[in-house]
Amino acid sequence: MLKLEAVRTRYGPIEALRGIDLTISKGEIVSLIGSNGAGKSTCLMTISGVLKPSSGRIELHGEDIAVLPPHRIVERGVSQAPEGRRIFPRLTVKENLEMGAFPGRGSFPEQIENVFRLFPILKERSRQYGGTLSGGEQQMLAIGRALMARPEILLLDEPSLGLAPIMVSRIFRTIEEINREGMTVLLVEQNARAALRLSHRGYVLESGAITLQGSSEALLGNEKVKQAYLGE
Amino acid sequence: MLLQQIINGLTLGSVYALIALGYTMVYGILELINFAHGEIYMIGAYLGIILLAFFTSVGLTAVSLPLTLLLVVVLAALICSAYGFTVEKLAYKPLRNASRLSPLISAIGVSIFLQNYVMLTQGATDKVFPSLFGSGGFRFLSTRVSYLQAAIIVVSGVMMVSLQAFVMKTKTGKAMRAVAQDKTMASLLGINVDKVISITFVVGSGLASVAGVMVAAYYGLVNYFIGYIAGIKAFTAAVLGGIGSIPGAMFGGILLGLVESLGASYISSEYKDAYAFVVLIGILLVRPGGLFGKAPEEKI
Ligand SMILES: Nc1ncnc2c1ncn2[C@@H]1O[C@H](COP(=O)(O)OP(=O)(O)OP(=O)(O)O)[C@@H](O)[C@H]1O
Ligand SMILES: [Mg+2]
Repeated sequence: MLKLEAVRTRYGPIEALRGIDLTISKGEIVSLIGSNGAGKSTCLMTISGVLKPSSGRIELHGEDIAVLPPHRIVERGVSQAPEGRRIFPRLTVKENLEMGAFPGRGSFPEQIENVFRLFPILKERSRQYGGTLSGGEQQMLAIGRALMARPEILLLDEPSLGLAPIMVSRIFRTIEEINREGMTVLLVEQNARAALRLSHRGYVLESGAITLQGSSEALLGNEKVKQAYLGE
Repeated sequence: MLLQQIINGLTLGSVYALIALGYTMVYGILELINFAHGEIYMIGAYLGIILLAFFTSVGLTAVSLPLTLLLVVVLAALICSAYGFTVEKLAYKPLRNASRLSPLISAIGVSIFLQNYVMLTQGATDKVFPSLFGSGGFRFLSTRVSYLQAAIIVVSGVMMVSLQAFVMKTKTGKAMRAVAQDKTMASLLGINVDKVISITFVVGSGLASVAGVMVAAYYGLVNYFIGYIAGIKAFTAAVLGGIGSIPGAMFGGILLGLVESLGASYISSEYKDAYAFVVLIGILLVRPGGLFGKAPEEKI
């Protein structure tokens, strides 16, 4: 469904992605793990069109989307909940969700019902400003907001970052749930163990290049992964 | 006497507020002080005179004055919106990713260009807005309000309320607020950020042009330089209210009008233009972010 071919992305003179190949099929959860500065967020921002690759192709259902502006990519069904959540602090929770529905890919009442079903707390908080939510609530809002566009594929950048363990498992269970309902997910995580347990396949990114890939089970058993990312 | 000065201050203040809204909306979204905004207002004032002369020459003014004025205001707003749109596309958009100083310099350049463009095409001498309303007016409590003053206050009030409703309630208005808070995130949600920026310039320019037409009618005289002074005053009003804040610009504009009017009559009219800055300095000492603004260190 989504396919990256030899994608290179640079920040001025720094090449942050040095030729990435990656594929995601419908219905999968694929995790992308790597340490700080490996290029994970750069990879998601390149898929979303915020960063333009200097070379390579990004195909969605065979169409090259690398040339499109970000809002066109969302319209084609690729949504992202970025690192740091980036909730609009001075928009209410409801307004944040309305912005998520901006491309109008689904019916608004249906979508918001769906998000409130996944995250009931957001319904209670719907008239509150986004900036007043707790970290966990903001993460739920970030995921809910991305879902409002009724995407075909959801890109999640470190959804567990800075959350208490109980909230992390809550978020991960929800990711599993929306995947069971048919959503394709690309999950970026530093919490490699949790991500690999959840996902079907995984990629390991090191300084802008993919160094390992395979089924999540195989990666969980891989010695190098164990040493570098699972702390064993 | 006091009431009279308050009415005068409100009239002037409404105009400042309408112009200030354009500064504050653009700043809220691009963190750019659009120095060319005062010139859009000035062009609005000229268009008021030109369009009115045109409609008079084809006989429409004699048929219905209110209809003519409505047409003048609407057409001036449309044309000025087109100017605002074009200025953004040509002078600011190409510099979107440049250092912050570049668009600022570009803005000053556009301002100088537009002044000279009007001076060359319209002449350097004052143009006269025909007196259409005579000295008509009505009594209000203990004072007299001219129809024109009443019209300026009412039209400005309606426009400000409509703008606030637009920004708070409509999908586009909410997208404007989202873009002002986080452009990248807005684009990640499918909002066309360039389009929202264009709409901001179009709306701000429309408001300024209405202010321009009304001022031309109020003072009766227009020259190519009026955008400079009014621009500085309105910008002061925007900073006073908290730049980036829409209610702040409205409130700041009206406060400034009142201060000028009361200061001119109770202290001295010679320093009329200085009161604005005295108030500005006073308020910024107490609230560095302006009346409705966030303190700078809290800014996200
Ligand atoms: N705006 C930028 N300008 C210049 N270099 C950048 C920029 N953003 C990221 N980089 C660099 O690109 C590389 C990849 O960064 P990226 O944010 O993609 O890493 P990451 O894997 O998401 O890391 P983390 O786990 O810390 O979020 C890093 O070396 C980083 O310093
Ligand atoms: Mg990152």
